[in-house]
Amino acid sequence: MSDVALHTEEHHPFLQHHFEDLGQQHEASTLGMWMFLATEILFFGGIFCAYTIYRIMYYEAFRAGAHHQNWKIGTANTAVLIGSSLTMALAVWAAQMSRRNLTVVMLILTLILGGVFIGVKAYEYSQHIHEGLFPGRLFTYVDEEHPELTKGVEMFMTFYFGMTGLHALHMVIGAGLLIWMIFRARRGDFGPEYYSPVEIMGLYWHFVDIVWIFLFPLLYLLH
Amino acid sequence: MLSVTAMFFVGGIFAFLMRLELLTPEGDLFTSDTYNKLFTLHGIVMIFFFLIPSIPATLGNFILPIMLGAKDLAFPKINLLSWYLYMIGATFGIYVIVTGGVDTGWTFYTPFSTQYSNTHVFATTLGAFIVGFSSILTGLNFIVTTHRMRAPGLTWFRLPLFVWAIYATSMVMLLATPVLAITLVLLMIERVLHVGIFDPSLGGDPLLYQHLFWFYSHPAVYIMILPGMAVVSEVVAAFTRKKIFGYKFVAFSSLAIAFLGFLVWAHHMFVAGISVYAAMVFSFLTMLVAVPSAIKVFNWTATMYKASVSWQTPMLYVLGFIGLFTIGGVTGLFLGALGIDVHVTDSYFVVAHFHYIMVGGAVMAYLAGIHYWWPKITGRMYPEWWGRLAALLVFVGFNLTFFPQFIVGYVGMPRRYHAYAPEFQVLNVLSTAGATILAVGYVLPMIYLIWSLGWGRKAGPNPWGAVGLEWATSSPPPKDNFLETPVVKWEAYDYPAFLKAMGETQHV
Repeated sequence: MSDVALHTEEHHPFLQHHFEDLGQQHEASTLGMWMFLATEILFFGGIFCAYTIYRIMYYEAFRAGAHHQNWKIGTANTAVLIGSSLTMALAVWAAQMSRRNLTVVMLILTLILGGVFIGVKAYEYSQHIHEGLFPGRLFTYVDEEHPELTKGVEMFMTFYFGMTGLHALHMVIGAGLLIWMIFRARRGDFGPEYYSPVEIMGLYWHFVDIVWIFLFPLLYLLH
Repeated sequence: MLSVTAMFFVGGIFAFLMRLELLTPEGDLFTSDTYNKLFTLHGIVMIFFFLIPSIPATLGNFILPIMLGAKDLAFPKINLLSWYLYMIGATFGIYVIVTGGVDTGWTFYTPFSTQYSNTHVFATTLGAFIVGFSSILTGLNFIVTTHRMRAPGLTWFRLPLFVWAIYATSMVMLLATPVLAITLVLLMIERVLHVGIFDPSLGGDPLLYQHLFWFYSHPAVYIMILPGMAVVSEVVAAFTRKKIFGYKFVAFSSLAIAFLGFLVWAHHMFVAGISVYAAMVFSFLTMLVAVPSAIKVFNWTATMYKASVSWQTPMLYVLGFIGLFTIGGVTGLFLGALGIDVHVTDSYFVVAHFHYIMVGGAVMAYLAGIHYWWPKITGRMYPEWWGRLAALLVFVGFNLTFFPQFIVGYVGMPRRYHAYAPEFQVLNVLSTAGATILAVGYVLPMIYLIWSLGWGRKAGPNPWGAVGLEWATSSPPPKDNFLETPVVKWEAYDYPAFLKAMGETQHV
């Protein structure tokens, strides 16, 4: 604690002045992200809860609704997303190892895979809207075999668009953060002492993936 | 702090207009539509824009890092962001007020809010949604700061009780607010697309909305009252010059309140059509919350027992808090009991109950905290005589306003109407008279506190002779709170040792 020690210690450029050292700063930012993810769980939890209630209430209609999802596209997209989680994890590892080029490549790969996912999602959305499945005024679809299920199918599609829409919004925010990380990684900001931004970016990205892992069976695989 | 206080006055004006209307049994000042908008705006402004951010965002942001011996909160930029979010949310609120208001009640109950109301529901819910993020980020910041930024030697059980209670509050903010956020998102989806998530005529379930809404909004009550308790613990210790009786009990009761607060939401819905068995369980769980609350009250009183209490303004507010919170809490038990609740649901009894908690509790504690830390924040003393007068006015005015409402509610006056049966008039006149006194009591501190900024007596580092890290630095504190990071070697509220060291037995 003596003054001498404080003066001789080299000041890392990314150490914010109100932290004692980089270790404390790293722990604080990681804990902060975990706490944020806890709020995210509750946020998605609310809509999952509402989904569950209506799944029970409109059991048959939800099954009929899920038939409008293309499970092959969904599965492929799930694979794409899991792939992006892998490249993200490798990016964190590379940042820690001071391998600047590898970090940048991995981050760009993550961004591309995320972009593919969003693109496929947009294609699916356009298909649904084309079929008149977008809830509200645009909803023109009528279930021909079981017309009584139509209302429930609309409910299913409301949740489908609501849940995947929120998920996609998180992906877009994540993509924005990735671009920022790519810029910082290129500048050579990260090394074994300081890689917290990439790491908490990774936590966020994995969380968004996990949400999808839950969404996929709930929305695509009700057969 | 200025923004929050401004909102308090906006909300207060709505309340006062309502009381003015209720002076006579007939609806002669406003139409029922205007009255609907008044109570809605009063509720929304007071709850979302004043009570929830009041103590955490003003006192907490300033005092918490100092109490922990930290230079700042863990994420200063996120803190700034949460202020911007608050201002954006408040802008939506102001926009709604200026352009014609909203009339759904602060609860936004469906299907009225989604299908029928033609007022500014969308902008209001968006405002509440944004302010919600502001409080999530504040809570997150506090939790991380408490975990990671404590000064050397400051163990968990050496923390001031303020920190414990704010920590519990932050937990509730963090875990409950997102549920409100998603609920409001669903509400906005329903309103914009005209689909039936919560509308029974379109296949939805309005009860689900109420469940989701109260899953946030009941814990939100504890977001409002726990910081009040935080302030009370500090002030009681400082003005009795004793250790808080049962430190660990008070500390853990904060966490217990935060935890139990998540399990009682359906007591707002006893008459909404939930099953009898569910209602019984929730009634029982509601009773449980009284236990940690009572632990706190008993421990504060035990601390004051045989102490030399000094009667300065913060202490007066705190005594008011303890008394009024007890009344509010006990009537809460009445409401938690199924039979009585069915009788008094949606009557003025409920209105009086939650005002005893929210105003008698949270606002009193806020004023106590403002006065207690005013010298630390500004470096100036407020005028003591005026402070005591205002505290007295607030106490008298408050009781005169809300006590008659218990009676008038119990004999059957329903809430949320602008006209009422003539036999209720006497009590309503009393209530409006009380509101006038209360208004004076609130305007006074506003005036003399601003006055004290320029002309108040200079306060030293420790005007109260209190222990605690915040009193060990200058008033106002330097940029990094302390000139060098403090090392804590003593227990919390160690007044016996402190007084011995100071060589004084009596405080001025």
